[in-house]
Amino acid sequence: MATSPLSVNRFRLIFSICWLVLMLDHSIVLHWLDVPWQAAIIDSIISNILLLLICLLVMNTLRYYLPRREQYLHIFFWCVFLSTVWLAITRWLLGMTLQQFTGYPELLGHSLSIRYSIGFLLLGCVTMISVLWYTWEEQKENETRKADAEKLAKEAELYKLRQQLQPHFLFNSLNSINALIGSRPQEARKMVQELSDFLRGTIKKEEHQLITLSEELDYLKLYLDIEKVRFGYRLKTEIDTTDEALTCSMPSLLLQPLMENAIKFGLYGTTGEVLISLRAGVADDHLVVTVTNPYDPDMQMPAGTGFGLKSVKRRLYLLFGRNDLVETNQANNAFVVTFKIPVIHA
Amino acid sequence: MRKVVIIDDEPLARSIVIEYLQNHPDLEIVQECNDGFEGVKAIQQWQPDLVFLDIQMPKINGFEMLELVEQPPAVIFTTAFDEYAIRAFEAHAVDYLLKPFTQERFDKAIKKWSEQAPAGTDKSATQNLLETAAHSPAQSQRIVVKNGSKIKIISAHEILYLEAADDYVKVHTKEGYFLKNKTMSHFEQVLDPQQFVRSHRSYIINIQQITRIDAYEKDNHIAVLKAGTQIPVSRSGYGKLKEVLGL
Repeated sequence: MATSPLSVNRFRLIFSICWLVLMLDHSIVLHWLDVPWQAAIIDSIISNILLLLICLLVMNTLRYYLPRREQYLHIFFWCVFLSTVWLAITRWLLGMTLQQFTGYPELLGHSLSIRYSIGFLLLGCVTMISVLWYTWEEQKENETRKADAEKLAKEAELYKLRQQLQPHFLFNSLNSINALIGSRPQEARKMVQELSDFLRGTIKKEEHQLITLSEELDYLKLYLDIEKVRFGYRLKTEIDTTDEALTCSMPSLLLQPLMENAIKFGLYGTTGEVLISLRAGVADDHLVVTVTNPYDPDMQMPAGTGFGLKSVKRRLYLLFGRNDLVETNQANNAFVVTFKIPVIHA
Repeated sequence: MRKVVIIDDEPLARSIVIEYLQNHPDLEIVQECNDGFEGVKAIQQWQPDLVFLDIQMPKINGFEMLELVEQPPAVIFTTAFDEYAIRAFEAHAVDYLLKPFTQERFDKAIKKWSEQAPAGTDKSATQNLLETAAHSPAQSQRIVVKNGSKIKIISAHEILYLEAADDYVKVHTKEGYFLKNKTMSHFEQVLDPQQFVRSHRSYIINIQQITRIDAYEKDNHIAVLKAGTQIPVSRSGYGKLKEVLGL
């Protein structure tokens, strides 16, 4: 619900002062026109209090019912109508209360048109200000609502992007565990542990919580160990990082989707052994990570690849508002993904 | 003894099938394969009675591999998660095992197969399955062909045009043509209709390759490709071409 402008203390004070000045001015003018002080003050109080009531009525009505642009003409006619009603009541009350003053009824008759003009102008001003105020309030409310909705959508999207667990990976891992249980139960147990730690990691991390590269690599290792059990000798990995890079902060769960993408691309796009390498270093105040996988230029990207890459791009955009943080290159039968994270100085 | 071939790129996935097969001493594992290339060779060499086949494999998937085999054997598919394939299996009553699976489920699949074999009903089911499986989005962007003993993957953009040739379709590329044992209407359905237009009963053209279309005799036209090849265009084919090219 919109708040009335009069709920703000400062505005209430200004409004009251304006009205007092108006009443004072009204009495002085009447006295100047040879009306005795007593009559002038009574006249001023009656007509202006009535006008004030009508103004408050209009302000309050607009608070609940704000006209749309195409209805502004209605407001004009309402102002005309209300001013007329106000004038009729004022005239009737003044005529009753002040008729004993000599010359007053004549003056009242003559001044009707001026009274009407002033009343109409004042009512018009108050109405216009109210309309502006409430429209502005409404806009402000819309904007906060929109910002809230955007924030919610962004959070939901980030959450979804982090949670994208490839069902293929999960079921194939379970299948491998099933196979190990019969032949090598110790390894099965180890893999169950790794898979659980990996899954726990995908659920618990908060989006804005930054972790160090070395923590992220520990987590990645869980994933790689599982994949190595699945693919056996075909999958080889190589991780090479500088000590400086290891202490850099980064959003969590970025490496795993990229690695998953590289593994899928490498393993399903070629036959034989596949070496996936990850390098990390610091350059120009950015943590720079590259992931390289072999690929066959004659092949289409296998179905399902590219999602990890897209989700990492989108996440970095949502987190840093930049589109230039992820780059891909294809050369010499290698597909290279490079991403940069601005170094956050604690 | 009946012969079994196992095709899966994950060693542990093969080992679980081997383990479960110990319950079935009448089945002999003649070969394990790492990918579809080995699979094609093994099937040709051994003419197995039953094949356990994974779908997601390096370079060519299980369906594409089967297309390369002249007489597809009975197949039990093993897959972890592939919504599309599962829909295809169910539509054609082809048995499949969802990884991970139990010994009981495995035995049931074997029982079902041995009750049907050797009548060959499984084989026709597999054939029908391949027709629909080829409509999956990943596959419509490429055609897998066999060239002698070599397997070639042709991306859709490499195709110049397709030409009907008896029971086969000639897939023309810059490197010459490859034969594929499919029908023209199959390709007409599978390939992207915004890219490939059936200009004639016997021709499907990749519209990217067209340089111009000339009038030729009454009611007929000829499409000239970049390489200079002239492809007949029938009256209805001309209408389709005009629509896709936005003329």
